[in-house]
Amino acid sequence: MVDSTVVLNGQTIAYTIYAIVVLLFMAWFAVKITSNGKAGVLSDKLFAVLVTLLIIMGVSLHVATSTTIPWVTIDLNRGDYTPDKVVNITVEKHQFKLPEEQITAKVGDLVLFDVTSEDLTYGFGVFRDDNTMVCQMQVVPGHRNDLLWKFEKPGKYTIRSTEYSGPAGHQMILKDVITITE
Amino acid sequence: MSFKDTFLNGEQGIFKPDSLTPMQKLALRFVVVGVLYYGLATIEGMLMRVIEITPIPGFDAEHFFAIMTAHPLVGIFGASYSIVFGAFLFLLPFLMEKPLWSIKVGNWSFVLVAVGTLVFWGAAFVSHYAPLYTLYWPLPADFSQFSPVGGAVFILGIALVMVGTLLFVLNIFMTIGYTPEGAEKVNPKAMLASATGFSWKESIFRKKSKRREHLVSLPVAAIARGTVDTALNALILTFTGVLILVYMVAEIFGHSLKDTAIDALLYKNWYWWGLDLIADGLVLIFVAGTWYLLATLITGKDLYMAKWARLALWVEMVVSWTVWSHHLLADQAQPAILKIVSGEFVTAFELITQGLAFFITLITLWSARPLKMTNALKFLLGGLLGFGLAVPAGIIQADIGLNRILHNTQWIIGPHVHVAILVGLTMTLYSAFYYLLPILTNGAKLYSQKLANIHFWAHLIGGVGMGAFMGMAGLKGMLRRTIYYEGEYNIYMILAGVCGALLLFAFLAFLYNVIMTLGVNGLIGIFMPSKLKTKDLLPPEK
Repeated sequence: MVDSTVVLNGQTIAYTIYAIVVLLFMAWFAVKITSNGKAGVLSDKLFAVLVTLLIIMGVSLHVATSTTIPWVTIDLNRGDYTPDKVVNITVEKHQFKLPEEQITAKVGDLVLFDVTSEDLTYGFGVFRDDNTMVCQMQVVPGHRNDLLWKFEKPGKYTIRSTEYSGPAGHQMILKDVITITE
Repeated sequence: MSFKDTFLNGEQGIFKPDSLTPMQKLALRFVVVGVLYYGLATIEGMLMRVIEITPIPGFDAEHFFAIMTAHPLVGIFGASYSIVFGAFLFLLPFLMEKPLWSIKVGNWSFVLVAVGTLVFWGAAFVSHYAPLYTLYWPLPADFSQFSPVGGAVFILGIALVMVGTLLFVLNIFMTIGYTPEGAEKVNPKAMLASATGFSWKESIFRKKSKRREHLVSLPVAAIARGTVDTALNALILTFTGVLILVYMVAEIFGHSLKDTAIDALLYKNWYWWGLDLIADGLVLIFVAGTWYLLATLITGKDLYMAKWARLALWVEMVVSWTVWSHHLLADQAQPAILKIVSGEFVTAFELITQGLAFFITLITLWSARPLKMTNALKFLLGGLLGFGLAVPAGIIQADIGLNRILHNTQWIIGPHVHVAILVGLTMTLYSAFYYLLPILTNGAKLYSQKLANIHFWAHLIGGVGMGAFMGMAGLKGMLRRTIYYEGEYNIYMILAGVCGALLLFAFLAFLYNVIMTLGVNGLIGIFMPSKLKTKDLLPPEK
């Protein structure tokens, strides 16, 4: 499975290019509409082209990500997979309660994080050493919160709540509690 | 004129508040208070920007999150709602060529929104009630962290704003449907159906010869359709407020309802359905309508593809009722079908509807070139740019794959939310402000064009820059709704802070320009009762 860093880098490049194009276009437009030139009315065909382009843009993003980002299929069909490792975690009073044994898995293993909240809505996120995010989900009380994930790189990973649960919960961080080996 | 004279009486002493009609005063009151609340939200935002770089003595985590709770609500209700309500209560009668249904009700809306904002802001400031605007159950009723009394006052403030909002809704729909004294009788049902878009089939699918004329103009349709979402949102927030209030009052009287069952996920769906009617509903519809109006006023030309623009406004309204699930893509118990249909594909329609509004406005402007680069035009282009950047940033987030690594990061609150609100919405409102200023003030002369230019560039660069640096931090894993103490993202946060300071500077330049344009006496005079007894928008020409 492709590492989430690759997807983030791809998104960074794509959106940066898009933003630069929009900025340049608006600057060009501002200059042009205040310059002398032929006004004229644009044809209806242009409108049809614009609508078509917008539809393609809107739909193609989801089609592209659902076929290229592997965790989408795994996530939507997670009941069909047999995890290599199940990690049950409980959250209560702004504390993560981890299993007694250390959380370890191998690169390529399917790890199921099954997180239960006993009181508030929390978040569950896995982070790398450089603070970048691997993946996350919401942890809602009274419901099953399960995230199936395949780690692509060995190393130590940190668990952090990714949802605000009041001032008492803003530092819910357990450093380097997940170990992924080759 | 001396500095003192200008400061007290405005540029060349032109602005005379005594010459204002009750309608002009109503609109200006909303705008002045909205601008002041925008300033408050900017200062709060700047405080949070600094705390994300380095702690400020006296501002602990509880205070930080209380600010974070009040900040968006002050920005949305105190600032944006006030300015939009003031503008539309004035523009609707202007566009329909009949008086507002009730100036009195309009003034009550103003008082309730202004006072309600002060009440919930004060409650958060004093009691540090801080469940954030998301109010994820059962956090708003978690009395181990928050005082039920502080919370009850906070909810009371929101309730006052909602009552003021519902009065605005009533005034808008009554104005569309009523017949003024002495005028030819209109059919209220037909007027409202045309305004809200439920007669759109008559213009699209009938043969040209059988098509009926629309009963209201396109900008009126935009105001009406945005107001439908405003009403639905106010009802949902009011109901939710009452629900939370029940828990608070019970707690205050010693009866804990802690174990009373409310399904947190169902609540989250319900609440986001209503809350999203602001961000993905009325804001987009009101903004599109304002773009269309400004484009036609600036150019003096008809709107390009007006019938499709009208249809797109209706589609946007219906879409806004069905997109809430993109806020729950990270909730594993949320049904997959809702995530895909509502969260991804219906949400993608916003790219289409807002994209159409973007292009229709640009092409209308293009059709009238060469145009003079007025303040209204330059801020309008800024507003268009803001949504051109922010809407695709949101669509990226509303994707099951990308949401897994972006949800609750600075990406969503930076390039999407803040660029949409600060650059897209606020610059559109500034455009309307600069356009309407001479009309609302009977010809007041802007004090300084140089300050208006500084306002434009500092706001644009500050808004886009702050969103960009927050977004970069988000892509590196920085969460929203938290504090980092180890300087993990200081490079991005310092740069975002510099841009935030530019935004504050832009606001101060604008505020100074407004004060020197209208004068302190003029600004105070706006809040005094009008000496003219008329329902007309403008005073009779002498």
